[in-house]
Amino acid sequence: MLKQIEGSRAMAEAIALCRPEVICAYPITPQTHIVEGVGELVRDGHLKNCEYINVESEFAALSVAIGASAAGARAYTATSSQGLLFMAEAVYNASGLGLPIVMTLGNRAIGAPINIWNDHSDAMSMRDAGWLQLFAETNQEAVDLHIQAFRLAEELSMPVMVCVDGFILTHAVERIDIPDQADVDAYLPPYEPVQSLDPKDPASIGAMVGPEAFTEVKFLAHYKQTHALKLIPEYARSFRDRFGRESGGLLRGYRADDAEMLVVAMGSICGTIKDVIDEMREEGFKIGLVTLVSYRPFPLAALRDALARASDVVVVEKSFAVGMGGQLADNVDGALRNLPVRPRLHSAVAGLGGRPIPRGSLHRLFRQALVQPWEGVHFLDLNERVIGREIHRTGKNRRSGPTAENILKQLAGGRPAEQGRPG
Amino acid sequence: MSPINEAADRNAAPLAPGETQKLKFYQKGTHTVGNRLVDVDDRAVQSSLDRSNALTCGHRACQGCGEALGARYALDAAMRATGGNLIAVNATGCLEVFTTPYPETSWQLPWLHSLFGNAAAVATGVAAAMRVKGRSNVRVIAQGGDGGTTDIGFQCLSGMFERNDDVLYICYDNEGYMNTGVQRSSATPPAARTATTPAVGDEPGNVFGTGKSVPRIAVAHRIPYVATATVADLHDLERKVVKAMSIRGARYIQIDVPCPLGWGSASHDTIRLARLAVETGFYPIFEAEHGKVTAARKIRKRTPVVEYLKPQKRFAHLFKGGVEDPRVARLQAMCDANIEEYGLVDHHDDDV
Repeated sequence: MLKQIEGSRAMAEAIALCRPEVICAYPITPQTHIVEGVGELVRDGHLKNCEYINVESEFAALSVAIGASAAGARAYTATSSQGLLFMAEAVYNASGLGLPIVMTLGNRAIGAPINIWNDHSDAMSMRDAGWLQLFAETNQEAVDLHIQAFRLAEELSMPVMVCVDGFILTHAVERIDIPDQADVDAYLPPYEPVQSLDPKDPASIGAMVGPEAFTEVKFLAHYKQTHALKLIPEYARSFRDRFGRESGGLLRGYRADDAEMLVVAMGSICGTIKDVIDEMREEGFKIGLVTLVSYRPFPLAALRDALARASDVVVVEKSFAVGMGGQLADNVDGALRNLPVRPRLHSAVAGLGGRPIPRGSLHRLFRQALVQPWEGVHFLDLNERVIGREIHRTGKNRRSGPTAENILKQLAGGRPAEQGRPG
Repeated sequence: MSPINEAADRNAAPLAPGETQKLKFYQKGTHTVGNRLVDVDDRAVQSSLDRSNALTCGHRACQGCGEALGARYALDAAMRATGGNLIAVNATGCLEVFTTPYPETSWQLPWLHSLFGNAAAVATGVAAAMRVKGRSNVRVIAQGGDGGTTDIGFQCLSGMFERNDDVLYICYDNEGYMNTGVQRSSATPPAARTATTPAVGDEPGNVFGTGKSVPRIAVAHRIPYVATATVADLHDLERKVVKAMSIRGARYIQIDVPCPLGWGSASHDTIRLARLAVETGFYPIFEAEHGKVTAARKIRKRTPVVEYLKPQKRFAHLFKGGVEDPRVARLQAMCDANIEEYGLVDHHDDDV
């Protein structure tokens, strides 16, 4: 049914259609409206047979989900940013135990400095935790990915993180098609755990494993993710067959077939990039986009095939590894590694901490990649004047005080503190 | 009759004709002979051939491990109380490590280990799953050592209490991080030597005025049931577990479990030390319901705290060179305060 609805609310309705049995809720901006939404659906009776538990932290939220899932219940939770970090130990534990928990990640920057706005630092911090990570481009895809996520998770006995851009998706009110319960029921079979805690068949789960088997256990987790590379497109196809629209899959191209320059990106920024591509195509640039939906597993082969014919690849990502560069660019580099003739790779970081990514900046970025390619990582719209001043200021004085506050002061037109006592 | 009981029979002194056997046992739960002589209803579950052996033999606990003993009795009692419909969630720690060396397990009930600090929350999830699956008859126990309970797992524990989730949390309190090599926890008593409170310097051992009583904190949550127990009185421990399993909601039992390794005591002294902890007032044994203390186990023979401290190497620095450290008096005062607060001694027979 078509609704004019907030993204978070739409996701909450989609999650409820998946009939989760245990939901653990802990608020954190910008994910909060999702757990509020499912909570209301439980309270008002729309979502029946569901335990909604208000926990005291994100660590507890995922821990409750771990217990519920190990006991055979379909479990769901959601978080963002600091919350994901706070539950980090449980994130690894859930995948290590092979528990098919679905978690929404309302993507948000990580502090310090504390920042509530969107980027992908949080998702990247857990990229190696053994979860599947799917990135939604639109709120429609966010809705649809949750339905696919439960099926993927339960088929594979692996947890799935559905990554949705904070505010840009979670707080946007737009037209979204909410599926019918009957269709979701037909698409998503009831959860049949491979193992569960049951007094009739006692098993010990979570025992200590030493060097004699740890490698094999980890390899099998990797093997499962490799298998997911087949399942993700398969489930996206059966989703299209039932619901009549394209959602999910490993990746998808936009005006990519004849493109000489291909942009690679994840999440909602792909919408802006498509607009820029349309404009540049008008001007005769052969440019296209590869939207990556599945970041984990990382579709090395599919991406290599998608990028092989391009001469330039520009990776635009909302996160970076300090001291290294863009994580996505690094992974794309891995996909291109064994090509006999490989495209030039350009790495750009954009939209950190919610900074807007305007079309004009992207135009300049893509042109610069052609005519004046840069080494390493390029920070889109970096305020170099502020950087220069701050480096100069801190170099003058050992007790130079806090960087973040001084930059804010500079931007506000005030003089940054010279004596290490700002304010 | 089990082979163990037969052996006990053979070792018993023969009785003269007409003589009635006089038995004096404080700890009837611990002695097979005691179990057979008390009323059937009063016998410890371990004396029954039908015992569940939830924690069965073959595990790697140290000789004289109080935690292994406490866990076995607690879980078997809970198994009996629930007709075997029981799931255990375990925090990381000694109990987890010594019971599940891959690929073996000593657990004969469904058992889940997730992390060090989340046992209470994981148990909440298991209980929720059972409710939603229409299997509320299946009950859940979370268990861990004092490190996993009073320190790293404290937030999840308090959350579980506050929500009154249907979980019995059992803390096996050996007063330190024994699994990692005997470091201080917030349950380590003052003056005790640990690897992180070494017996050197002006005030050797753990600092006075630190630490916390999680049983009291549990009581402050006004949960339906809180109890302390001891492996020196396994029968009382079993009774408390059975009582806890008769109640719905959040429940907490903390069991004093001596650790020969961490306390520097002889393996054969585990029960003796646990008993002395009770008899000195060092470890008050009490019950509370809905925020009010309802019962305390009286001290049978009030004993000075030195009797408890001396057999333990962790307190040896208090008696170095034959001189009693003035801090022994502070420990005695602590015991006296416990005795006063919980009414552990009836004043008419207080002869110390």
